[in-house]
Amino acid sequence: MYASGKYSSRGPALIPRMKTKHRIYYITLFSVVLFGLIATGMFQFWPHSIESTADWTVDKRSVHDAPLMRLQVSSPIPERGDLSCRMHTCFDVYRCGYNPKNRIKVYIYPLQRFVDELGVPISSTGLSREYNDLLSAISDSDFYTDDVNRACLFVPSTDVLNQNSLRIRETAQALAMLPRWNKGMNHLLFNMLPGGPPDYNTALDVPRDRALLAGGGFSTWTYRQGYDVSIPVYSPLSADVELPERQPGPRRYFILSSQTAIHREYRAELERLKEENGEALLLLDKCSNLSHGAASARKRCYKGQVYDYPQILQESSFCVVLRGARLGQAALSDVLQAGCVPVILADSYILPFSEVLDWKRASVVIPEEKLSEMYTILKSIPHRQVEEMQRQARWFWEAYFSSMKAIGLTTLQIINDRIYPYAAQTYEQWNNPTVVKWSSVNSPLFLPLIPPRAPGFTAVVLTYDRVDSLFRVITEISKVPSLAKLLVVWNNQNKSPPEESLWPKVGVPLKVVRTKENKLSNRFFPYDEIETEAVLAIDDDIIMLTSDELQFGYEVWREFPDRLVGYPGRLHLWDHEMGKWKYESEWTNEVSMVLTGAAFYHKYFNYLYTYKMPGDIKNWVDAHMNCEDIAMNFLVANITGKAPIKVTPRKKFKCPECTAIDGLSLDQTHMVERSECINKFASVFGTMPLKVVEHRADPVLYKDDFPEKLKSFPNIGSL
Amino acid sequence: MQAKKRYLVLFFAGVCLLLLFCFGGIHVPLSRRGLSRRHARTPHPGAQWRRSPGAVQPYSACEQDRNDDANDHISPRQKRDAIAGLFSGKHCRMESCFDFSLCERNGYKVYIYPHQKGEKMSESYQNILLSIEGSRFFTPDPDRACLFVLGLDTLDRDQLSPHYVHNLKAKVQSLPLWNDGKNHIIFNLYSGTWPDYTEDLGFDIGLAMLAKASISTEKFRPRFDISIPLFSKEHPRTGGERGYLKHHTIPPFRKYLLVFKGKRYLTGIGSGTRNALYHVHNAEDVVLLTTCKHGKDWQKHKDARCDKDNADYDKYDYREMLYNSTFCLVPRGRRLGSFRFLEALQAACVPVILSNGWELPFSEIIDWNTAAVIGDERLLLQVPSTVRSIHQDKILSLRQHTQFLWEAYFNSVEKIVLTTLEIIQDRLLQHNARSNLMWNSLPGGLFALPQYSTYLGDFPFYYAKLGFTAVIHVVTPLVSQSQPIMKLLAALAKSQYCAQVILVWNCDKPFPAKHRWPVTSVPVFVIEGESQVNPHPNPALLRCDYCSIYIVSVEVEFAFTVWRSFPDRIVGYPARSHFWDSNKERWGYTSKWTNDYSMVLTGAAIYHKYYHYLYTTYLPASLKTMVNQMSNCEDILMNFLVSSVSKMPPIKVTQKKQYKETMMAQVSDAPHSRASRWADPDHFAQRQTCMNKFANWFGTMPLVHSQMRLDPVLFKDQVSILRKKYRDIERV
Repeated sequence: MYASGKYSSRGPALIPRMKTKHRIYYITLFSVVLFGLIATGMFQFWPHSIESTADWTVDKRSVHDAPLMRLQVSSPIPERGDLSCRMHTCFDVYRCGYNPKNRIKVYIYPLQRFVDELGVPISSTGLSREYNDLLSAISDSDFYTDDVNRACLFVPSTDVLNQNSLRIRETAQALAMLPRWNKGMNHLLFNMLPGGPPDYNTALDVPRDRALLAGGGFSTWTYRQGYDVSIPVYSPLSADVELPERQPGPRRYFILSSQTAIHREYRAELERLKEENGEALLLLDKCSNLSHGAASARKRCYKGQVYDYPQILQESSFCVVLRGARLGQAALSDVLQAGCVPVILADSYILPFSEVLDWKRASVVIPEEKLSEMYTILKSIPHRQVEEMQRQARWFWEAYFSSMKAIGLTTLQIINDRIYPYAAQTYEQWNNPTVVKWSSVNSPLFLPLIPPRAPGFTAVVLTYDRVDSLFRVITEISKVPSLAKLLVVWNNQNKSPPEESLWPKVGVPLKVVRTKENKLSNRFFPYDEIETEAVLAIDDDIIMLTSDELQFGYEVWREFPDRLVGYPGRLHLWDHEMGKWKYESEWTNEVSMVLTGAAFYHKYFNYLYTYKMPGDIKNWVDAHMNCEDIAMNFLVANITGKAPIKVTPRKKFKCPECTAIDGLSLDQTHMVERSECINKFASVFGTMPLKVVEHRADPVLYKDDFPEKLKSFPNIGSL
Repeated sequence: MQAKKRYLVLFFAGVCLLLLFCFGGIHVPLSRRGLSRRHARTPHPGAQWRRSPGAVQPYSACEQDRNDDANDHISPRQKRDAIAGLFSGKHCRMESCFDFSLCERNGYKVYIYPHQKGEKMSESYQNILLSIEGSRFFTPDPDRACLFVLGLDTLDRDQLSPHYVHNLKAKVQSLPLWNDGKNHIIFNLYSGTWPDYTEDLGFDIGLAMLAKASISTEKFRPRFDISIPLFSKEHPRTGGERGYLKHHTIPPFRKYLLVFKGKRYLTGIGSGTRNALYHVHNAEDVVLLTTCKHGKDWQKHKDARCDKDNADYDKYDYREMLYNSTFCLVPRGRRLGSFRFLEALQAACVPVILSNGWELPFSEIIDWNTAAVIGDERLLLQVPSTVRSIHQDKILSLRQHTQFLWEAYFNSVEKIVLTTLEIIQDRLLQHNARSNLMWNSLPGGLFALPQYSTYLGDFPFYYAKLGFTAVIHVVTPLVSQSQPIMKLLAALAKSQYCAQVILVWNCDKPFPAKHRWPVTSVPVFVIEGESQVNPHPNPALLRCDYCSIYIVSVEVEFAFTVWRSFPDRIVGYPARSHFWDSNKERWGYTSKWTNDYSMVLTGAAIYHKYYHYLYTTYLPASLKTMVNQMSNCEDILMNFLVSSVSKMPPIKVTQKKQYKETMMAQVSDAPHSRASRWADPDHFAQRQTCMNKFANWFGTMPLVHSQMRLDPVLFKDQVSILRKKYRDIERV
């Protein structure tokens, strides 16, 4: 390149002096060379794009170009699968090792074509489209590694999805020839159609040593629980047909049977059911007048009437999935796709992914023997449950059945969960569809506990520089019997807190924490000094709360440790005119928030506020110096799904003598700003988590005609 | 000069050609080399899988089934019948070894063989049998049974044990109803003995199910056997201790990270893991202590570490460690399970299980990943870093789950036995069985009866978890006089949450003519006689007894809004309290005005319809007949039941203390007979007795005190009455 550059710089001077003949000669030479270069470049990069456009001829070549392996008759055959295999006996866990991501690494063997000594391939189909999709999905996933030495799981590229297309002995030999086979340890085989005539074994017949089997159609006798993975039988219609999701609800037919290969005994029984129940049942079979082929797979007939399959499945509430020669049926996938509740009649069948999926929420399993009672059984299921099941069925299909990719990755995830059980996906993650995930809550403090009174609470006083007021607050709070500790959060960086000798004398430990920045969030920091579960957040100007009032607040908190327990309540309202949320501080009949100027809550929420607050809410609060209480109310309501508890009649914090000093509240702009907060937070949370209630908590004998001195909390305060 | 130029040009052309060669030409042999490499007999281990875009043949699922001619294989009926013969013994499953027809005919009833005189029986086995006898599944008639339990103690099958029953084989075979063990369940805690501790019971169990502790996955027949926890003979029969967790700590770390204190087996089965524990022990936050001192001849096998280990072992207190550790190691002993498992569970110390091949207790229904860390003995050295990597949120959740599971399934022999029986019942119920969610969330499977409904929204427990909402449904059992009823009806119907009113007419008088009914906006149904309330999707149940007719509509309205926040509790008006009378050593009942309460009277209370069902099915006949005979205490019993399910106090709303005061004043024609029963001293004494009877059956006192009541937000506030939504409540 350097040479050419040099030449061209001198070029203009040289060329005119050359003879015309030479000049033409050289120009031609250059053109040829240039053209050659361009052509080579083109040739280099072009073929890749050809591949992706799926040119059939090129495709065909690349599969059939896979290196050929010739099997010897005498080459070793693995042992038949060992039924007693479990992860701790037949799986080499050292290969997976400890890794911070808790993710197994999967290696895929390069593609090979195996033939026997006569040159006959071991499989009639070779690599199928589905298996190719599966391997591609794995290689695109996080699980994949191309380093055979780092792999924990090995996936052969030999396609054993359909046993019928395999020569069993030779396939087994081919597996044993894999370089890392090692008795099949850590090898995973995918099979969807096991067994063959006449007895149709329920697991792959290919001898496979200790290899794990992801099989469609396991029975309870061949399935090695905790070792094998039961997978669905993929239905090719999943990719071909698009069925839009239908709203759950009653459908035109109650029960639909659409399978074509039903044993005549069962068909007779279905016919009998149809006679008894008439129109509610639709019993379809293959169309006799249509020729076999792709078209016939998409049509079903009943008495000469032709129906489109699988679209017809969407017209029924329940769809029968009967066992055929095999237990696993591809129809299950079609039925789920249509959002029809599968009625599974296949005794001893291990349902797909049953290790993690709760099939009771998406299907009805009936023993084959009870086929004749099917109608009565299904009628007894409550409507609302049927709707839930329809939704769940469709969701199962979307998440776990819809493609070979979904099937493959779910299988790997299940194995991954076994190897790193402490990082396994939860029941909720596996089974709750997105709708439920949005509307439901999984409270982090779900255990019904009433904590003992003894540990007491820690009062956290946020202060800036109002020392007099602060001291009064401290003196007042120290009278509360259950106070365990006082923590003053000194938010003023320019001024030091007063000397120790000046502080009021209190009976409990008093700690002062100096903060680095004047931020409102400091009040909700989970300080190590807070040793009790209960935290009382209190402002440095709240002096009107009586000792009884505070003690009662603490008692109420003990009954509701997962809620905010506060004094003045506030409400959020929907402003129809403006089309947005509005903050309401009027004395209303309802409450959805409590002010944290004085409120009890669990220390856990401090931790959540500081580390788990969604979006930029925390920064927003610090920047605006407002709404930290609204943010806390949102956070708690969102995670627990519960409303706060307002205690005692207290409506405001302001006492008559301290009207104008209050720095933050009062004026109109303040209200506008707080309304803005609600709108902002609601958009960050993506929903309005606040719950409205109409009750407040009072002592049992509040306002009762009863001697005051016998009441536990006689002095409960005023408005 | 010309030649120079020519050379220059030639040189340039040469360079170009070389470049061309490099770009295209070299590539060809390279790729050829790659191909030839793949042609080699074995691929290079580093070779990679390359996506092959060529596979076009489908694997053909649809075609396949059509081609397997449907009528080719044998009749499915014959196939089903053949199964029973094919799969027995260690291949037993419900389909092949269990007679479902017995249970269909008789319902799910359990029979216990009579105890044969002279047969010794351990205390634990007696407790098991007593628990079954006390349960609603028990039947004394073998002809009406679906499941059979031996009267012979099979718990301890260790030949060296004093509780070992000899000659069991012959004794079992001679049982008249044995029938090769069909529909029998055999309980076992220990099997095999030194040195190999096999899982052999020493007699042929035939087709019987096995409820066994320390069962291994190899021996375990899925969905047929049941793995039960190993429990000690001190394990209480009923009631049981509550979990140790009384309050949370944030962050959820305890003094120690991981602890273990136990025997070290110097040789033989199960010694491997315990012998290696010292590698992980760091004497700071990971404290794993072993002792060699056990058995008679430990000195003989003693190794170099024994003396130091034994010394360390004595320095720490087991209880102290248990209650102050975040995680507790539960390694296998000679057998797979150990007492340590339940101890850790109760102590809210998250078990770290190192017992390869142990089928965990009740694994069929419990998702143990929520409450335990399941480790691998082979990866012992990774255990500290594994538990350290567990996030504190996860620890918080694991710890609460240990407590939930302990209290739901393990804290008494009765719970363990009932769970075992319920699991088998679930298998018989098939599609009506509980879902995993019901087993693994509060209040647990024993309190969530699937016979009530299979729809989760019909229970009061899963609203928040699944985002359901609820609507009301009213039931009013009535006694006499129609006029107050009509008043009530009108009042109830005004309530915006009332979707339907059902009157249970329990009266000699004929029902008033329809034209005399008030005009309501909700349908009113009448059920005559003491019939069962029919199940209806609306779950809230307002029970109005005769004496509470005068509850005004606003109060119902308010109570209902409160109930919606607490669907799993009773929301009521007048409250009562219980206390421990230490002089008389029994529970006391008080209706005095006190600062706290633990019961609300159900004369007028809102609670979930499900509790009504639970009341009729879950509680034993003995308690219900007692209540019926006295026609008293039904409200106390209901409070006991609800509190034992929810572990929470009921909720009292508004000031109302009693029914009669206000009622008598308002309605003059109220019948004095019923009202006066409150004044009757016998009545009060009866309630006292009830309390103690109930506490005895529950095995513990489930009632919980509360110090607060709920009022409307503006209750008795000095604001304009017009602003108050529930202003009538204040007038009452």
